[in-house]
Amino acid sequence: MINLSRNEIIETVRMITEHHFDVRTITMGISLLDCISDDKNVVANRVYDKITRYAENLVETGDKIGAMYGIPIVNKRVSVTPISLIGASSLGYLEIAKALDKAAKATGIDFIGGYSALVHKGATEYEKVMLKTIPEALATTEKVCSSVNVASTRAGMNMDAIKEMGALIKEAAYLTKDRDSIGCAKLVVFANAVEDNPFMAGAFHGIGEADKVINVGVSGPGVVKTALELIPDGDLTAVCETVKKTAFKITRVGQLVAQTASKMLNANFGIVDLSLAPTPAMGDSVAHILEEMGLEQVGSCGTTAALALLNDAVKKGGIMASSHVGGLSGAFIPVSEDIGMINAARAGSLTMERLEAMTAVCSVGLDMIAIPGDTSQEVISAIIADECAIGMVNNKTTAVRVIPAYGKGVGDEVDFGGLLGTAPVMPVSKLSPAKFINRGGRISAPIHGNKN
Amino acid sequence: MKAFITVIGNDKVGIIAKVSTFLADLNINIEDISQTVLQGKFTMIMAVDTALCELPFEKIAQELTRKGEEIGTEIVIRSGEIFDAMHRI
Repeated sequence: MINLSRNEIIETVRMITEHHFDVRTITMGISLLDCISDDKNVVANRVYDKITRYAENLVETGDKIGAMYGIPIVNKRVSVTPISLIGASSLGYLEIAKALDKAAKATGIDFIGGYSALVHKGATEYEKVMLKTIPEALATTEKVCSSVNVASTRAGMNMDAIKEMGALIKEAAYLTKDRDSIGCAKLVVFANAVEDNPFMAGAFHGIGEADKVINVGVSGPGVVKTALELIPDGDLTAVCETVKKTAFKITRVGQLVAQTASKMLNANFGIVDLSLAPTPAMGDSVAHILEEMGLEQVGSCGTTAALALLNDAVKKGGIMASSHVGGLSGAFIPVSEDIGMINAARAGSLTMERLEAMTAVCSVGLDMIAIPGDTSQEVISAIIADECAIGMVNNKTTAVRVIPAYGKGVGDEVDFGGLLGTAPVMPVSKLSPAKFINRGGRISAPIHGNKN
Repeated sequence: MKAFITVIGNDKVGIIAKVSTFLADLNINIEDISQTVLQGKFTMIMAVDTALCELPFEKIAQELTRKGEEIGTEIVIRSGEIFDAMHRI
């Protein structure tokens, strides 16, 4: 048929209609550096005006592209320059947060990311002010997402900031206690944060970026699982090859969508993020890919190895399919957003310790994990410190997005609805790391961080 | 624009006729047709050119979805670019 075979056409159609292949997000990165003013109302107005002007047609364009290629474009999002910088002169951080939310609602986008600070080596006075506003900003807005980078392979770990983040996560949980502490689902703590990530809650627009950039995140765990179902007896080399081929095809579509969107929106093409991002829907699970490889349930011994294989094969398959691969690009393992992970956590097969090991080989970290509401802030800081250590030493991005669900304990569940999903509260060690955390200071960069 | 229309559903009399007539009314040229029954479902693929159709592509997609609902099959049009991207280097 013309230059394509019937089987090729049917394969593409089935990926989309039966196996949940979608473009998870078209994210427009917008620089807000030219919005800075020492007057808090002026900066808030400039932020609102610039975002609504630049992203005016983002949703409409996303829908048009979705119709053109017959593929769902699930979210349209905006990421902005870290707000810690934009509000540095006026200190009107909460005014900016409200302007971001208002602009998100006016343009009809799903999320706006960038209520962020990069404090991996140290925090300035204005950044300290900004950090303290994060819980209130998340509690009083709907679409605003926040992230804080507290460690990097080059700079080491800022343990003062890590200590602070434990307290801020607790506060965000309390301020949104009537909604299962959803504020924490919009707050990520990073090591080695990337500047072009299109995925939330960790998206922000780095200062090394152009004025208006399109980054696209594609996703298709169901497509990978279906491809593996066809080789039930294949060895792991065959598994790798199958994942690579599938990732290549998925990423090619991401590249096409990113190029088309950049052209239609008159923006720079940034990157394609070829992450496998699950949703709570059946058939859209990363955990089920690992189980298809041969694990009885995710969380069993062998899980880390299977995930390492998957993460690496996804990168290798995708890298040639796009002119610019970036963002997080790998396999996501959020607990509440993946039906296979939810089931394993409910069954007790998946523990915090196993999840921590998995984060050493996946693309992000401890993600969307509900923990008991009475978990101390020092324990949360220590969870962050452990995760940052993995990221720092292994020269990769790691992140923590835990939800200490206020008033809830092990045996309870949280339910955020939509893409954020539902999760059982998982037990966490009650042993105290308080003295270690309260020492503060810095953990210096690893020897291999000094590359010059 | 070069595009592919897929029609998937239960086999019944007159599907090709109805879809073809509908496309003719929209001034969409059919360049190739292939049909088969896959896993018990009628599956038709049409290679088409929408260059002479005055409607914007998303409107054509909407109209085809509506027509599909009327006939009782799923009709989707996709730009040929997505298939080329996925299957041709």
